[in-house]
Amino acid sequence: MLEYARWKYILIAAVLALAVLFALPTVFGEDPAIQMVMRDHTPISVATEHSVEQFLSERSVHYTKTYLDNGRLMIRFPSVAEQLKGRDAVTSKFSDQYLIALSFAPRVPAALRMLGLKPMPLGLDLRGGLYLLYQVDVQSAVHQLLEGYSQDVRRALTGANLSFTDVTLVAANDSPQQNGIRVSLPAGTNASAVRDVVAKTVPDFQVSILTLPSGSAVQGVLPPAKVREREDYALEQNLTTLRNRVNELGVAEPIVQRQGLDRINVQLPGVQNSAEVKDLLGKVATLEFRLVDVNGNPFEAQQTGHAPAGTKLYHMKDTGQPILLKREIIATGDELTTASYATTQQGPTVNVRLDARAGERMLETTRNNLNRPMAVVYIEKRPETKEVDGKKVTQLVTDEKVISDATIRGVFSNTFDITGMNAGEARDLALLLRSGSLAVPLYPVEEQVVGPSLGQDNIDKGIDALVIGMAGVFVFMAIYYRVFGVVADLVLLANVVLLTALLAMFHSALSLPGIAGIILTVGMAVDANVLIYERIREELRNGVSPQAAIRAGFDKALSAIADSNITALFAGVVLWVLGTGPIRGFAVVLTLGIATSMFTALMGSRALVTLLYGGRRKIARLPI
Amino acid sequence: MEFFHKPTSFPFMATRKVWYGLSIVLMVVSIASLATRGLNLAIDFTGGVTVEAAFPQTANTDAVRARLAAAGFRDPQVQNFGSSRDIMIRLPPQGGETSAEISAKVEPALKAVDPGAEIRSLDVVGPQVGGELERSAAWALTFTLLLIFGYIAFRFNTWRLSLGAIVAVIHDPVLVLGVFSIDRTSFDLAVVAAVLAVVGYSLNDTVVVFDRIRERFHVSRRMAPAAVLDQSINQTLSRTIMTKVVTAIVVVALLVFGGPVLRGFSEALLIGIIAGTYSSIYISSAIALDCGLTAEHIFPTVKKTAVDHMP
Repeated sequence: MLEYARWKYILIAAVLALAVLFALPTVFGEDPAIQMVMRDHTPISVATEHSVEQFLSERSVHYTKTYLDNGRLMIRFPSVAEQLKGRDAVTSKFSDQYLIALSFAPRVPAALRMLGLKPMPLGLDLRGGLYLLYQVDVQSAVHQLLEGYSQDVRRALTGANLSFTDVTLVAANDSPQQNGIRVSLPAGTNASAVRDVVAKTVPDFQVSILTLPSGSAVQGVLPPAKVREREDYALEQNLTTLRNRVNELGVAEPIVQRQGLDRINVQLPGVQNSAEVKDLLGKVATLEFRLVDVNGNPFEAQQTGHAPAGTKLYHMKDTGQPILLKREIIATGDELTTASYATTQQGPTVNVRLDARAGERMLETTRNNLNRPMAVVYIEKRPETKEVDGKKVTQLVTDEKVISDATIRGVFSNTFDITGMNAGEARDLALLLRSGSLAVPLYPVEEQVVGPSLGQDNIDKGIDALVIGMAGVFVFMAIYYRVFGVVADLVLLANVVLLTALLAMFHSALSLPGIAGIILTVGMAVDANVLIYERIREELRNGVSPQAAIRAGFDKALSAIADSNITALFAGVVLWVLGTGPIRGFAVVLTLGIATSMFTALMGSRALVTLLYGGRRKIARLPI
Repeated sequence: MEFFHKPTSFPFMATRKVWYGLSIVLMVVSIASLATRGLNLAIDFTGGVTVEAAFPQTANTDAVRARLAAAGFRDPQVQNFGSSRDIMIRLPPQGGETSAEISAKVEPALKAVDPGAEIRSLDVVGPQVGGELERSAAWALTFTLLLIFGYIAFRFNTWRLSLGAIVAVIHDPVLVLGVFSIDRTSFDLAVVAAVLAVVGYSLNDTVVVFDRIRERFHVSRRMAPAAVLDQSINQTLSRTIMTKVVTAIVVVALLVFGGPVLRGFSEALLIGIIAGTYSSIYISSAIALDCGLTAEHIFPTVKKTAVDHMP
C-alpha cells in the first residue's frame, strides 16, 4: 500500500484550478488593436464608438470588434495589415482630438476581463514596440542643490556682516563631481565665525577651515550619503514624471523602471511613432509668470547686451522682438495644480489653476498692477548633441521665449487662461504641466523600435518550435517510461500551465531570454521525473517489490532534486536581483519555473502515481 | 525501453588525465580566440546607427538591404515598422563618421530604390548599454559562483566538490563563447540568455552526480575514492543521457523551426548541453578526486565517535 495524504490532493487540485483560471487569458491570446484616448482625457462615449465603427466600414477596413475600456476605445483587428490600414484611416480623421496608439487587445471573453485577468504580457522583442533608455543627469541635481546652498551662505554671511571674497562650488575629498562649496576669505577675516555661520546655514555640511596659498577659506562638503540621497531623489522624481507622461499618452501596459543608479528604461508595447513620443517624454518645459518692465528700453538693452538692474531681457516667440521683464517671478509651472487644453475665441488656450500660495501672490500682484502688462515665459530645455573637436558633447540648450504679454484687465488669483500658442504647442504644454516637470534633464541613451511584423514572425516561429519540441518530449517520455512517462507528461503540462499563470499574475513580460528560462525549466522538470523513475528502475533491478520501489524511488531521488534545484534557485535569485534587461528576464522565469517544477514533480507526480498504484494490493510488474 | 539495461561500469576516472588535456586545449583555444578575435557582437552591444525612413509606396526591404550593402554598410538590418511604407534601418557603428556623413551615404541608397524615399530621422546610438550590461552581468555571475561554492561546500561538507563544480560551471560557457568566437555567429542578447541557461544545466548535472557520490561514500566508506566516483557516474549515466536527449529534442526543434532569430540562441544551448554532459562526468568529479576527496571529507568520523560514546 502506498499512501498520500488527502490534504495534499486537495492542495494540488486547488492550485491547478487557480492556475488554469489565470492561464486562460493567455491561451485566448491577443489581437492587434488600436487604442484611442481623448486628448483631454474625457471618457469616450458610445456615440463616438459608433461613428468610428461607421467610418472604418466606409473606408472598408475590417475590424473584429470595438469596445470601451475605462474610457478608452479599443478596436480589434484580425491582422496586423488591417490594423495598420485602420491606424492610417483613423489618424487621418481623428488625430486632432484623440491620441491614437497601436496596441494589443486580449481576446478573452468579457467575463474574464471583468475579473481583471490579463494575459501574460509579451516583451518588446516578441510583440514590437518602442524601447527607450534615458540617462538621468543626476549630477546636475547635486549642482542645483549646491547652487542653492551657496546663495543661502552668501545671504547669511552678508547678514552676519562677515566679509568674503567669493563662494565657489568645489569637488572636495577626491570626489569626481562637485560636492561642496568653498568660501574664500580676505586676510584678517574671522574664519571660525564664518565656519559657524556656514555650519548653521547648511546643517548637512561637514565644515572645515582651509589654509590655502591664496589665503584662508572655509569649506563645506556634503557627505557622500547626502550626495547619493539627492541623486536618488532626483531620479525618483524623474521616474514619477515619466510615468505620468507615459500614462498621459494612453499607451497600454507601459513599463517605466529604474535601471541602475542613473538610468530609466521605458518600454511602450505597440507604440510605433517614436519621434512624437520621444519628444514629449524627454521634454523639460515649464512656465514663468513675470511682470513686464515698462520703464527700460528693450532695444537698447539688446544692443548693449546689458539689461537695466532688476530686469532680464527676453524675446517674443512670434515676432522675435526684445522685451524686458522684471526679475521677480510671480509663479512658475511647478506651482500649477491642473492644466487643460481648450479651444476658445482667442484660439488654442491652456487653462491653468495655481496652488494656494502662488494664487495669493498672483492676487496681490494683479491687484497692485492693474492695467500694467504681465508676460508668460515658456521655458524649454532640450539636450543637443554637438561635435566639439571631433568628440560628441551633449549640452542642455535652454530656450526661453515670451509667449504672451497681456495687460492685466482685472484682479484674478488662481484660475486663468494662457494663449499665444498654436494648437499642438498648447496641447503639449497642458500635458507637460499636468504631468509635472522633470527634476533634472534626461538624455536618451538608446532607443529601439521593434517592428510588429518582426515581432509577430519571431513569436510565431518561436512558439511553433517550442510546441514541436515539447510534443517530441511528450512522445519520447511516453515511449521510454510508458505509463510513468504519461504521468511525467501530465505533470510537465501542469508545470507549463502553472508557470504561465504565475507570469500572468506577476505581469512579468515574457521575452526571448524568458523562453530560454522556460526551456531550462522544462529540462529541469523532466530531469526531476527522470531521476525518480531511474531510481525506481534501479530498485526494481535490485529485486525490491514494485510499491516499495516507488516509495524508495521518490524518497531517494529527493535529495538530488532538492540540491540541484536549490543551487539553480540561488543562481536565479542572484541574477534576478543584480541583473538587468535580458538577464533579469531570464532569471524571473527561471526562479518561478524552479518553484513550479519542484511542486509539480515532487507533489503532482507522486500524487498521480499513488493514485494509479497505491490502492492495489499486488502489482506483478510496473509499466516503467 | 531502456538505454542501459544492465548497470554500466566504465572506468571514467582512469582516463581523466586525457580529458584534462582535451579540456585544457579547448579552453586555451577558446580563450585565445576570444582574446584575439573577440565575438561577433550584434548591434545590441555595439550600438550603431538607427535610421527611420518613409517611402511613398510599400517599401521593398530586400532592395533597400542590397543597396545599403552596396553602399558599404556591413550587415544592414532593415525592417518595416508602423506601416508598410515606413522602414527602420539599423547599421553597425560607423567609426568616427558624423550623422551628416552617414546620412549622405544612406540617402542615395534609399533614393536608388525609390526616388520618393526620405529620411525621417537618423540617430547614432551609443554603445554604453553594452558596457553596463557587461558590468552588471559580471557582478551577477561572480556573486552566483560564490553562492554556489558556499552552498555546495555546506551541503557536501567539502570545498573539493565546490571547486569541481565551479570549474565545470566556468568551463562550459567559456567553451560556448569560444565556439561563437571561432564560427562568427552573431552574438546577441538572446545568446547571453542561452549561456546563462548553459550554466544552469551544467550545475544541475554536476550536483546530481555529486548527490550520488555522497550516497555511495556513505554506503561504502572503505572503497577507493576513484572507484566510488566511477560507480556514481555509471549509476547516474542513464539519467544523464536521458535528460540530455529530452532537452536536446526541444533545442533541436528550436534550431530547426525557430527561424533565424533563435539560431544563435539554440546553437549556444546545444553546444552547452553537450559540454555540460562531458564536464559533469570528466571535469567536476575528477577535479574533486585530484584535490584528494575521500569519504572522510563528506562524512567526518568525529560525529560517529560521539555517537559511539553514548550509553
